[in-house]
Amino acid sequence: MAIDMRVDLAGVSLPNPLVLASGIWGSVAGTLVRAASNGAGAVTSKSCSLAPRIGHPNPTVLHWGHGFINAVGLSNPGAHVQRQELARAHEELAPTGAALIASVFGDTPQGFADAVHVIAEAEPELVELNISCPNVESEFGRPFALDPDAAARATEAVRAVYAGPLLVKLSPNAPELVAVARAVVAAGADGLTAVNTLGPGMLIDLEARRPILSNRVGGISGPALRPVAVRCVFELAGAVAVPIIGTGGVSSGHDALEMIMAGATAVGIGSGLYCEGDGIFRRVLEEMEQWMEQEAVDSLDEIRGCAHG
Amino acid sequence: MGEAIYRTYRVVARRSEGSVGATLILDGPLQAEPGQFVMVWLPGIEERPLAVMDDDPLALTVRVVGPFTRALAACAPGDRLWVRGPYGRGFPVRGEQALLVGGGSGVASLTLLAKRLMQENGHVRVALGARSSDQLMLPWRFRELGCELLLATDDGSEGLRGTVLDAAEPSLSAGWADVVCACGPEVMLLALARRMEGSDVPLYLSLERSMKCGLGICGNCYCGNRLVCLDGPVFPVQEVLCLLEPPP
Ligand SMILES: Cc1cc2nc3c(=O)[nH]c(=O)nc-3n(C[C@H](O)[C@H](O)[C@H](O)COP(=O)(O)OP(=O)(O)OC[C@H]3O[C@@H](n4cnc5c(N)ncnc54)[C@H](O)[C@@H]3O)c2cc1C
Ligand SMILES: Cc1cc2nc3c(=O)[nH]c(=O)nc-3n(C[C@H](O)[C@H](O)[C@H](O)COP(=O)(O)O)c2cc1C
Ligand code: FES
Repeated sequence: MAIDMRVDLAGVSLPNPLVLASGIWGSVAGTLVRAASNGAGAVTSKSCSLAPRIGHPNPTVLHWGHGFINAVGLSNPGAHVQRQELARAHEELAPTGAALIASVFGDTPQGFADAVHVIAEAEPELVELNISCPNVESEFGRPFALDPDAAARATEAVRAVYAGPLLVKLSPNAPELVAVARAVVAAGADGLTAVNTLGPGMLIDLEARRPILSNRVGGISGPALRPVAVRCVFELAGAVAVPIIGTGGVSSGHDALEMIMAGATAVGIGSGLYCEGDGIFRRVLEEMEQWMEQEAVDSLDEIRGCAHG
Repeated sequence: MGEAIYRTYRVVARRSEGSVGATLILDGPLQAEPGQFVMVWLPGIEERPLAVMDDDPLALTVRVVGPFTRALAACAPGDRLWVRGPYGRGFPVRGEQALLVGGGSGVASLTLLAKRLMQENGHVRVALGARSSDQLMLPWRFRELGCELLLATDDGSEGLRGTVLDAAEPSLSAGWADVVCACGPEVMLLALARRMEGSDVPLYLSLERSMKCGLGICGNCYCGNRLVCLDGPVFPVQEVLCLLEPPP
């Protein structure tokens, strides 16, 4: 019997559970459509704010022994420019069957709502609120994702202007992760993305005798993040009923299945594109299917959340 | 123990490139393919992509266009540079009669290719163009390697008066080259691609885009559906021609 890899994410049907994570490969139609054509079941655009932002100077993205550290600083062309690009992406994605997830952030709840209001005109299948970027703390203060009330206020403000499927992206750094999740779900989130980068962390160059990132600190992603991300997804799946995109360090079929067993509905991949490019989507899908065939598992529903016993 | 992200080099020698920049010869080698690039970090200033001008010892040639390139060009012997890479897909080393076409700082992407082709006993013609003679970059290096030089300046102060394409034209119309490789301003690349349309001589173009990671992750260096750091910077012309065309 053929294995059914389709998943339902907050009412949106995806051809498979793999999602290009936000901030990877940018926000232009060309690269988003390319990832979808090569197997991603959904693609997430880079987080966008109402006004354009330049982001931090380089160095901003570094590969170290066990993944990446980045402090891009949410560079983006602003919602009005982004809307046009995403409208094109949306149109070009249609033949691939992949969904477009538009990631948005703001410096205040109203800032979130204003940016979503503009971006929604591009008709993405889902909107994702990035309330968890750790790289702009000096500018914006503590991320919303660290505080249940602040997270709920951002979600509520967006819910007031946008009726479509809404995801909220959480931080692995939140001391009360489950409380934050419950608060955003109560405020109207239809799903969660877990997680954003860990940290912040720092790398120091011995010769320069100073931090390498111009922002000094940045978020950790890739293999170093994976066990933390799996634990976050496990905790969330046990506490809320909404679907979760499990993201963090996934680079194989094994890792993706681990996320599903923790309770994820879909699986985000970001840093995994290093070296392999978008070829990773097909490979991970094949590895998942191979394991499922071996274990006589016909659909992901059979194993979703099974680690909860 | 973790590995350092950057390799530190010291400048051994600095040579001015006319009035527009400088070449820095560093104190160690870096194994690289012709056309590949490195990310160069000047702590406290910036980190930017630069072509590997030469590999043993590593050498960089910089054209001053902004804060980073100004600081780099001002480096003196003894100063340190932080380098990661090399990255990207370079030029294929092929062809018995190769025509290289360079403009602006793009010339630095062609020197290592010229060196490799000469090592394989190829014939290499290099067409270089600039506004005036004091803006020509690296003609001395191609002379040193024994390449044939075809120079053009807008004001006629050196070589023929005209563009780099005018300098390349006799070789193109005579069908001299069995491969053409180019790097420079995109208008130049586009004009060359149009001039060679319908020809079965392979044409490779090296593109420049602003970069953050250099590693195929951040998407900053996109050109249509391509990432210059991952899929390039060198592309067969068929892959990128439609992406270079100005929007209608
Ligand atoms: C793969 C690759 C290889 C490169 N190799 C070299 C090299 O060997 N030598 C070299 O000098 N440069 C090279 N460059 C270009 C170099 O990276 C940029 O010139 C540099 O990033 C500019 O930084 P800046 O801070 O000095 O100027 P910025 O402040 O970033 O730019 C100043 C102004 O110059 C413009 N500008 C930026 N790049 C260029 C350019 N290439 N030509 C003309 N104007 C530009 C900008 O739009 C801006 O208006 C390469 C770029 C790439 C992508
Ligand atoms: C270079 C880079 C840029 C990122 N930019 C964003 C962003 O704009 N918005 C966002 O929500 N997450 C961003 N992220 C976080 C990723 O979407 C993802 O949550 C995180 O990297 C963990 O997944 P991974 O280990 O598969 O990369 C970025 C990550 C990286 C490495
Ligand atoms: S510079 Fe980051 S993808 Fe090319």
